[in-house]
Amino acid sequence: MTTSSPYIGASVKRLEDRRFLTGTGRYIDDVKLPDMAVMAIYRSPHAHARINSIDLAAARAVPGVIDAFCAADIDMDLPVIPLRLAPFDGFERFLQRPIAQDKVRFVGEPVAVVIASDRYIAEDALDLIEVDFAPLPAVTSVDQAASGETLIHEDAGENMGTRYTVGRGDTDDAFSDAPYTRRERFTTNRHGAVPMETRGLIAEFDPDAPLLRLYGATKVNFFNRRHLAAAFDLPEEAVELIETDVGGGFGARGELYPEDYLVPIASRRNGRPVKWIEDRRENLTATNHSRDIVCDLEIATSNDGKILGMRATVQGDMGAYVRTNGGVVASKAAQFLPGPYRVPSFSCDVQFLITNKTPVGTFRGPGRFEANFCRERLLDMVAADLNIDPAELRLRNLMEPAELPYRIGELVPGDVNATFDRGNYPSALNQLLDEVGYADWKDRQGEIIDGRAHGLGIACFIESSAAGPPETARVTVAPDGNIEIRTGASSVGQGTETGLAQICADYLAIDIDRINVLHGSTTLVPTGGGTFHSRNTVMAGNAVRMAAEALRTRSIELAALRWNTDAGGLEYRDGAVHRGDDPGSILSLAELAAFARSRGPDEALAADAAFDNEGKLSYSYGAHAALVAVDVATGVIEVKKYVLTEEIGRALNPAMVQGQAVGGLVQGLGGTFLDHMIYDEDGQLLTGSFADYLLPTSTELPEITAIALEESPSEFNPMGFKGAGEGGIVAVAAAVGNAVVHALNAHGIQINDLPITPNRLRAALRATGT
Amino acid sequence: MTEQHHLTLTVNGRAHSCDVEPRMTLADCLRERLDLTGTHLGCEHGVCGACTIIVDGAAVRSCLMFAVQAEGAEITTVEGLADGETLSVLQQAFHDNFALQCGFCTPGFLTTAETILAENPSPTRAEVQSAISGNICRCTGYVPIIDAILEAAERRRAGKK
Amino acid sequence: MKPPKFDYFAPDSIESALTLIAEHGDDARYLAGGQSLVPMMNFRVAAPSALIDLNGIATLRGIKVDKNSRLHIGAMTRTREIEMDSTIASANPLLHAAAPHIAHIQIRNRGTIGGSLAHADPAAEMPGIVLACNAEINSIGPAGPRSIAAGDFFEGIYSTALQDGEMITEIVFPPWPAARCWAFQEISRREGDFAMIGIAAWFDLNETGEISAASLTAIGAGDTPLRLPAAEEILSGQPPGDVLFAEAAQAAVNELDPGSDLHASAEYRREVGGVLVERALKTALQREAPGYTA
Repeated sequence: MTTSSPYIGASVKRLEDRRFLTGTGRYIDDVKLPDMAVMAIYRSPHAHARINSIDLAAARAVPGVIDAFCAADIDMDLPVIPLRLAPFDGFERFLQRPIAQDKVRFVGEPVAVVIASDRYIAEDALDLIEVDFAPLPAVTSVDQAASGETLIHEDAGENMGTRYTVGRGDTDDAFSDAPYTRRERFTTNRHGAVPMETRGLIAEFDPDAPLLRLYGATKVNFFNRRHLAAAFDLPEEAVELIETDVGGGFGARGELYPEDYLVPIASRRNGRPVKWIEDRRENLTATNHSRDIVCDLEIATSNDGKILGMRATVQGDMGAYVRTNGGVVASKAAQFLPGPYRVPSFSCDVQFLITNKTPVGTFRGPGRFEANFCRERLLDMVAADLNIDPAELRLRNLMEPAELPYRIGELVPGDVNATFDRGNYPSALNQLLDEVGYADWKDRQGEIIDGRAHGLGIACFIESSAAGPPETARVTVAPDGNIEIRTGASSVGQGTETGLAQICADYLAIDIDRINVLHGSTTLVPTGGGTFHSRNTVMAGNAVRMAAEALRTRSIELAALRWNTDAGGLEYRDGAVHRGDDPGSILSLAELAAFARSRGPDEALAADAAFDNEGKLSYSYGAHAALVAVDVATGVIEVKKYVLTEEIGRALNPAMVQGQAVGGLVQGLGGTFLDHMIYDEDGQLLTGSFADYLLPTSTELPEITAIALEESPSEFNPMGFKGAGEGGIVAVAAAVGNAVVHALNAHGIQINDLPITPNRLRAALRATGT
Repeated sequence: MTEQHHLTLTVNGRAHSCDVEPRMTLADCLRERLDLTGTHLGCEHGVCGACTIIVDGAAVRSCLMFAVQAEGAEITTVEGLADGETLSVLQQAFHDNFALQCGFCTPGFLTTAETILAENPSPTRAEVQSAISGNICRCTGYVPIIDAILEAAERRRAGKK
Repeated sequence: MKPPKFDYFAPDSIESALTLIAEHGDDARYLAGGQSLVPMMNFRVAAPSALIDLNGIATLRGIKVDKNSRLHIGAMTRTREIEMDSTIASANPLLHAAAPHIAHIQIRNRGTIGGSLAHADPAAEMPGIVLACNAEINSIGPAGPRSIAAGDFFEGIYSTALQDGEMITEIVFPPWPAARCWAFQEISRREGDFAMIGIAAWFDLNETGEISAASLTAIGAGDTPLRLPAAEEILSGQPPGDVLFAEAAQAAVNELDPGSDLHASAEYRREVGGVLVERALKTALQREAPGYTA
């Protein structure tokens, strides 16, 4: 680049904000189409039951009800919801169809659908649906599932979705000779993304055109289009997925769910647009849960704390069906168990168990949050057992820059090339230790200040970013000189429009206010990858860069034609093409766009690009520290201070990076202390409202310092970006758990289970006589 | 009576009237009848705060009021906070502090914060935290929201409108 | 989550409300602040056939202190008014201090003291405070007006002494001696949540420094707010001090018999109830009388 970069690396104010601040954003429930009806869903009240009969007559008779249907009324082969990620062999036996046929397998599974003129009437009709269920015993734990006494999918003959063993090196050798080993069981609490905007869709289905237009789509629209087209036997170009403003995703939103099929079916049956907006009660049972694993982790070390090996069993509670995210949670937990450390031997038995609960999927940092909690808790136990300072133990084991890149081995079946890229893990930890004042705190663990026990905990993490298919961008100059960026990437609210505009503005050397970013919808670009795995800045950002670079070249070509001169003498700078042999001659982008159009109807000043990282992932890494104060008598914990470092290669917009870190961290505090999907033994969700499913609020905040490191730019993209969306959350439970244990070191308790609640903490203390 | 009630109310300084069933919540009336979709529904049981609006000067959950209860009320929604094209001091402070990401909860925070600052022009950080504890944000981690409200308070005190 | 159909009436007088509730039968309900009833309707766990909205009855609102220093609060007075009222800050600082613990500002802007008492959630603050203060709950119903002692008012979870068609009109708090020692403490999962366990405490000291009267009330510890008579008895007639407070706390632990729920076990509530009794008594003793500044 020949121009400066005033935008990349600057905390540019967000382009999205004005519409959100003035109430003029357009979320899915704000979209109203002529003649639109609304849909509501009768969901299973049972965790496991056979359906004897469904009577919709009374519902259909309610004035204002337009239609009501169940599986038997649908005149097509019911498709299965496909596997998008981690599609391991065996899962094909546990896929879900959009609506229950003869059996329900979790509370919240769709059983029947009502279409009405408004939601009030639709809910009146739901109350009148009569379903004769024959309840079956519910499977609500991985142990119960493994026993196979009650089969959830009889045809499969077992409740084991799949099971495999992965590893590297020889753990038997490592453990048999090891001077020190320790084994612990850890559990991480089932919870979920719970974005503030619930899911919602509007379908317009015209079978004659044919056209299926689905509003409310996001995240992976091109993948979803492909599968919806197949399900409805349409050519792909007849399916349009339209992205509106989205009120948060965090992994759960935008996957294919039953409703992505039911809403189009409802529209097709009734020949009119149909809207479905998930209510919060539905959201808590119908949208993917996550995090629910049990991990038995064993470690072998030398007497001076050098890790010789780790072996583990990870059991993932999959819920009742395997949905689009396949085995991501448990498989990534297994893959990231060794973390950024030198672990010469590792083996893991990974089990995916089907239960009568809501199906699971990804939630910000899937598997990483879980793995870090298990490993970092265990490392603190090792440190205590061997009388080594926890930070020192980690520094002895963190891989050094000279050991990188490091091929981690096939820790997920089929993922043979996974390689940690360059980095300096000890540097990220050392900066954390400095910032949090570790040297001062390490000898004060358990100190009582103002009646509360204080402790400082640390944890290290590494996490991958920017996987998946190529991402696309098209940059077009309008005749007025304004720039439109179109990309296949989605925005779920994280500031994608601003970030992409920053890159484009710098590469075109123009004012950012001239740029408008359109994203996600399948009508914008021929194909795209979507938004997950912290990939937008890396993938879409580089696609925009490439498109902008191509646009500069195109501008010079057009200017050469316009001036009838050789392109070699022309230069692009300051948003225009300049003529070297005549410094006064300039063609602006607007003039060039007009010139392009004058050459023919298909001519434009535009450029397309696709960025493919060819599967080479960049790894973000860093460390977290939490300082907690524990009221021993009540079990109430305050996180007083929280510091994290995260190496992200290069910050596109430091303020937005900070927003990702702080937002992720506070979500992580929720997962550590509050968020918990609790089921009873009948498989009923007991936390089905915001009165009982607790999210973090503004009064539960520590003093936060989030430091983005830019010491190790990614080598896999020229701008050096690594993902920055998940490092804030992935080690929170780990650091906080360690801090609480240190604070209570006088009492000798351990924390192996999440969430950490006053009730649980008191129970642990009571057991020690405190 | 379950039949329609004729309702007259003032929203953002404009008189409106419409017919509503008694059971229609005020939030749905604003969104569906008056097409003021800036007020969002995040839970419909009074916990998340996304639907917060200002009724006769007080921040309330519009999912927990029936529209018929707002007969004659003066209501302010997020659409009524800016002065034409000019953002309010509070809105501008949200923008300057990166106090929003997905924007879904933002209207509820803005309306709540407007009433807090009207009542207490010089809140402490702890007072702000407590005052917005009935609004849930999943994106920002609250820190920039608290910063924005404190900054808005300061700017308002300095008279920079 | 949309509420079922109902008839709606907005009377402007108590008499008219009583007539309406009589006309509309057993499934009609009064609507106070609606901050508990409306969520239940949105979940369709409550489906009243008619709502008689009390929000338009001006005589049900207001805060005043009578010539006998008794504090009168109209049933439809909003929680936020109680929280912000300077009269209450001195006329009943315990009530004033407890009010901000109730949910969040938006809820307190609508929720009413009468509505909270009639709803009778055992973990709610208002019922605990009226019980702690020996307040009287004035009501009116088809049988006419009456006054119910707080101790007789709460009968079970969401269950009170109110008869069909009866509404609370006013809550009357006995005089609050300026020198009274008091404290309110609760533990909840997050600020604004219902208490897992909470304790309201006050005691008066006589001229010779002994405790002449004491009140200890637990919320979140049973089917109703509960006085802790054994613990109160220990305090009675004794000079205050750490040893005495520890004894009272132990007595509270012994007499508490709470249940378990998602958020806390019975054991937690019992032992932390004792902790809070001890802390509340210490705080009460340390509080500089008279009064309290919020």
